[in-house]
Amino acid sequence: MSAPIQLRSDETFTLNVGPQHPATHGVLRVKMEMDGEYIYKAETVLGYIHRMHEKMGENRTYAQFLPNLGRLDYLSAMAYNHGYVLAVERACGIEVPERAEYIRVLTVELNRISSHLVWFGAFIMDLGGFTPLMYAFDDREAILDILEGVTGARLTYCYHRFGGVYNDIDDDFIEGTKAFIPRMRKALKVYENLVTKNIILMKRLKEIGPVSAEMCRRYGATGPVARGSGINYDVRKNEPYSVYNEFDYDIPVYHECDSYARYMVRMDEMEQSLRIIEQALAKLPEGPIMPAKKPKIIKPPVGDYYQAVEAARGSFGIRIVSNGDKNAYRMKLRSPTYSNMHLFDEACRGMLIADALAFMGSLDLVIPEMDR
Amino acid sequence: MSLTLINVLFAVVAAIGFAALNAAYLVWCERKGAGFFQRRPGPTENGPWGLLQPPVDGIKLMTKQLIIPGGVDKAFFMVAPVLAMFPAIMSFVTIPFSENIVAHNMDIGVLMIFAFASMGSMSLLLAGWGSRNKYSLMSSVRAVSQSIAYEIPMLITVITVVMITGSMDLKVIVEDQTAGFWQWNVFALLKSPLMPVSFLIFFICSLAETNRAPFDLGEAESELVAGFHTEYSSMGFGLFFMGEYANIVIGACLTTILFLGGWGCPFGLLPGVWWFLLKVYLLIFTFIWIRWTFPRTTIYGLLNLSWKILIPISLFNLLLTAGLLKVF
Repeated sequence: MSAPIQLRSDETFTLNVGPQHPATHGVLRVKMEMDGEYIYKAETVLGYIHRMHEKMGENRTYAQFLPNLGRLDYLSAMAYNHGYVLAVERACGIEVPERAEYIRVLTVELNRISSHLVWFGAFIMDLGGFTPLMYAFDDREAILDILEGVTGARLTYCYHRFGGVYNDIDDDFIEGTKAFIPRMRKALKVYENLVTKNIILMKRLKEIGPVSAEMCRRYGATGPVARGSGINYDVRKNEPYSVYNEFDYDIPVYHECDSYARYMVRMDEMEQSLRIIEQALAKLPEGPIMPAKKPKIIKPPVGDYYQAVEAARGSFGIRIVSNGDKNAYRMKLRSPTYSNMHLFDEACRGMLIADALAFMGSLDLVIPEMDR
Repeated sequence: MSLTLINVLFAVVAAIGFAALNAAYLVWCERKGAGFFQRRPGPTENGPWGLLQPPVDGIKLMTKQLIIPGGVDKAFFMVAPVLAMFPAIMSFVTIPFSENIVAHNMDIGVLMIFAFASMGSMSLLLAGWGSRNKYSLMSSVRAVSQSIAYEIPMLITVITVVMITGSMDLKVIVEDQTAGFWQWNVFALLKSPLMPVSFLIFFICSLAETNRAPFDLGEAESELVAGFHTEYSSMGFGLFFMGEYANIVIGACLTTILFLGGWGCPFGLLPGVWWFLLKVYLLIFTFIWIRWTFPRTTIYGLLNLSWKILIPISLFNLLLTAGLLKVF
């Protein structure tokens, strides 16, 4: 919609968006050079919630670092748990029972839906519509209850263990999840009719916030941001891990490169996650949830290990450099929103502030994960 | 003291009372309405159904410190909230609630109300300019371009109605429609076939004039924090807040008078004033409904809607009505 305009760099003023601003959803600060309501450039200032998670990973044992993973991206904590235990298991060569892997996939996918529901509500709130947030949180509440029953936590899960999971799922979990699937399908239909097809929403998202595939490649953007730009990349399919190969599901890819494409990717992903959950429940094998023999103290052999998983916001990678000690020599966490955020500056130039903040919402930022 | 002076004083007190009471309880309605649309109960703590919420809110606001940030333009900063509330109250003076319930009827009632309505955007401008805050300034610039863009189609539509009636007296405009609901201006297809469209334009414009969602760009909190009232605390903010609701009542009253036959009732069941209030509150409910259903538009979307769609249509309607009046 916004016509190309000639910006004059000598008549700008600085607008400080954040660290306390309703649109940044956390302590992100964006220093915007503005020309009227048009953005000339936007500098992202990070570090307001930096907690040195990577350093903590180096001066704690592997088991002690496990709870930290739930505090990175508090909205999809389960995927981060999963990535870390997979990386350590790969390093130590621990065999995981099949039932445990199924349970992990179940919890991760449930968590992915709950994360997308928060994004959905908050994103529409960024656009000025308050009501969808309440509906999304209502549905999310069902997931939180299910996961609380089995993990004991509602947000910062620490459920996955090296070699398996903390405890077995019970009938409540299975019944609850089975009841949740049709409920969520119905809710998705409501969202589609009430929100996705709303004309104001379409006008505000279509052709706004262009992120080309080339740009995603340069900044390392992954997840729904890349898939909304026509890049068919999902770690679950491209570098299969866990038991994801055994399910039949699609990776939604849109080629429009605008905010609406990213919106649609996430809405479709919820449906695909439901499909995975359905199949995982049907195929759920019996058996132990922890391996019979597992090293008491985790001491990976000397080496360099990397494991990536598909978190709700993109590819989350963990690199562990071990010198054979019980602490890691180097722990590097590659968080998806850190990369996704940085294309904001390039993409938002010449945009109106209202569109730019809608665009920022479509990137789905979680600030504690960016700062780590 | 002469009798007229007492009359005027009584009228002013009644108008202020009506405006303040409505403003306070519309906040309650809004919150209950929002709760209804969002599947939650809304306020419940104070009094039955949370009915004591407005006075409690008022006390809270009044006991808060009125912070005047350093470097603000003090005169503008202090005048702006008063200017937000005062025109709304003044407009009530000339609104006829029924044949004989009107504080002070004027033969140029329409003109007076729109003159005061234009002052409302003054207050946003002063608040934004005086606050010494970039967000407030951007918001007030938006608010001014918005009210210019929407006052034009609104006034053109009003001229259409005035042409049909031949009077600017609100009472005469209503009496023109009281014969039956087919006489209401919104259905008056014989006078001008585009009358329902005019009604729609007027309704959209009154949404935009009162800065209501989806046109609440002045206080778009995801972009401009709180817009023009970012720096206001205590009753400074409270006056803006009440002014907004008083303006909604004015907008709904005007729509009722100009298009929905004022106190005229479809089948004389209740006294006219009840019908008037019923219509007004139904319109207000629609305002609330719209706010909690739609996302916000953008400033260019809003200006495009006004200049490219509403103004041409309302101008065409004006010409058509004028032509029809000339011919028949």
